[in-house]
Amino acid sequence: MLHVDNLRITLPTRRGRAEAVRGLDFALARGETLGLIGESGCGKSLTALALMGLLPEGAQASGSIRWGGQELLGQPDAQLCRLRGNRIAMVFQEPMTALNPVHAIGRQVAEPLRLHQGLTARQARAEAVALLERVGIAQAEQRFDAYPHQFSGGQRQRITIAMALACGPDLLIADEPTTALDVTLQRQILDLISALVAERGMALILVSHDLGVIAQTVQRTLVMYGGTVVESGPTRTVFGAQAHPYTRGLFAARPRLGAARGTHLPTIAGTVPELADLPAGCPFAGRCALTIDACRTALPPTVALGPGHTARCIRLDGHAA
Amino acid sequence: MRGLERSYPLPRTRLFGPRPVLHALRGLNFDLAAGRSLGVVGESGSGKSTLARLVMALDTPSRGIVELLGRDLHRLPAPALRAARRDFQMVFQDPYGSLDPRHTVERIVAEPLQALGLAPRTEQRERAAEALAQVGLRAGDAHKYPHEFSGGQRQRIAIARALITRPRLIVADEPVSALDVSVQAQVLGLMQDLQERLGLSYLLISHDLAVVGHLCDEVLVMHQGTVVERGAPQALFSHPEHPYTRALVAAVPRLL
Repeated sequence: MLHVDNLRITLPTRRGRAEAVRGLDFALARGETLGLIGESGCGKSLTALALMGLLPEGAQASGSIRWGGQELLGQPDAQLCRLRGNRIAMVFQEPMTALNPVHAIGRQVAEPLRLHQGLTARQARAEAVALLERVGIAQAEQRFDAYPHQFSGGQRQRITIAMALACGPDLLIADEPTTALDVTLQRQILDLISALVAERGMALILVSHDLGVIAQTVQRTLVMYGGTVVESGPTRTVFGAQAHPYTRGLFAARPRLGAARGTHLPTIAGTVPELADLPAGCPFAGRCALTIDACRTALPPTVALGPGHTARCIRLDGHAA
Repeated sequence: MRGLERSYPLPRTRLFGPRPVLHALRGLNFDLAAGRSLGVVGESGSGKSTLARLVMALDTPSRGIVELLGRDLHRLPAPALRAARRDFQMVFQDPYGSLDPRHTVERIVAEPLQALGLAPRTEQRERAAEALAQVGLRAGDAHKYPHEFSGGQRQRIAIARALITRPRLIVADEPVSALDVSVQAQVLGLMQDLQERLGLSYLLISHDLAVVGHLCDEVLVMHQGTVVERGAPQALFSHPEHPYTRALVAAVPRLL
């Protein structure tokens, strides 16, 4: 259904154009769930935006994003508008900024239905009420004309999910959908997304920096760093093997429940370099304890490690033993 | 803290009806010894942040007392309270929103001294440099502006600002929740080091149980304004008694 080949995105910076996504490949079939994980600046959100055709001004994308055989990159906006919100929908991190504060929530949920499916106002209202009920908004009929500020954070995120689902999309992209929420709410929202994905046979791309969120929600995971996929594979395999040094660093740095108090968490040396300063070779070179000279010269090739499991590292054997 | 309560009147629901009251905190007691850390967990609306505001004397309790180093903060006359503020400082969640973008790092970090009228200019500058060094920033960073720093470095600046008055207590409201995983680990490590070196006490407010478990000696689990369970984090999280604590622990995403 979705094929991404050699996707590259460059951004203008004060020191010239910098590559924020450096050659991304993946494919997604109906009903599959994929996680993108990494820290700020690794290119995960840009990738999500590129799929939606919503890249920020000045960003240039090259490569190919094919949707059911149709090339999306370089399509005129009018063409993309027919897909966006209809076949491909997105849930954003901040529900308060994703919702328009001056429109009643019912109208916002009904909008894509009227726009894409040409429903009448009455049909759209009935459908929107059903959607709001499905995502767990109590008394949806009465609250149809309420405004976003009258809802709590968790409810607002439910409303944006209802908006995204309105046209029964084939692909749902959720960019950090629970980062602004409490753990108990996070649980509920993730359960809701998983249930909806299973129920409607949608594909899901979940972008998150939280390993736990990814572990519980998606089948396959891409670990991203510096605009490249450093490790990818079935979530269980990637989390079990932690083949790439960066994946290991991420895991080690995560505070765990039940760890002894006062122990220091291992940290990853240094900081994420600015885009313009990314090394020419492996983006993780220099911060990685296993760095050798060869790491800095060329981007390591993708090494197959098992069924569907790959990592981009030339020092894999250095640790595997 | 003794018998701390805070309630907020809500808008009337009917024109002549009584104003409903929201009880944000209902009767809270706890002690925090020097060099120890207390964590407060709970979801939005459980009263965590109200507690932080009361401890920081940014808000007054409806009932109860907050005593720090033997002084009841909410009964101190205003000048005395201002002077007492050097002993307790706060670190906020959002390192992007809590630093004035138009001020240099040196000015930001020295501002508490300026506000307290504690030190002449030259000493302020020295103390700012000292605080920056304590959090692992370079002396040259003093003349930069906040936008030149990453999220983790900004949180270090915010911690340096809290340290400059040489406080005994730091109230940290979600200090790492806006940061990336690897940066979280660095900032938590820094907070641990500072505690060991300076004997600070922390009141750490967080919804992340793992972060609290990492840094704190004791945890209070808050739900709807009351403490439903308290104890050492390891024991509490491995054998939660109260249904709410159990729900919280169960909601934490597991890796495998």
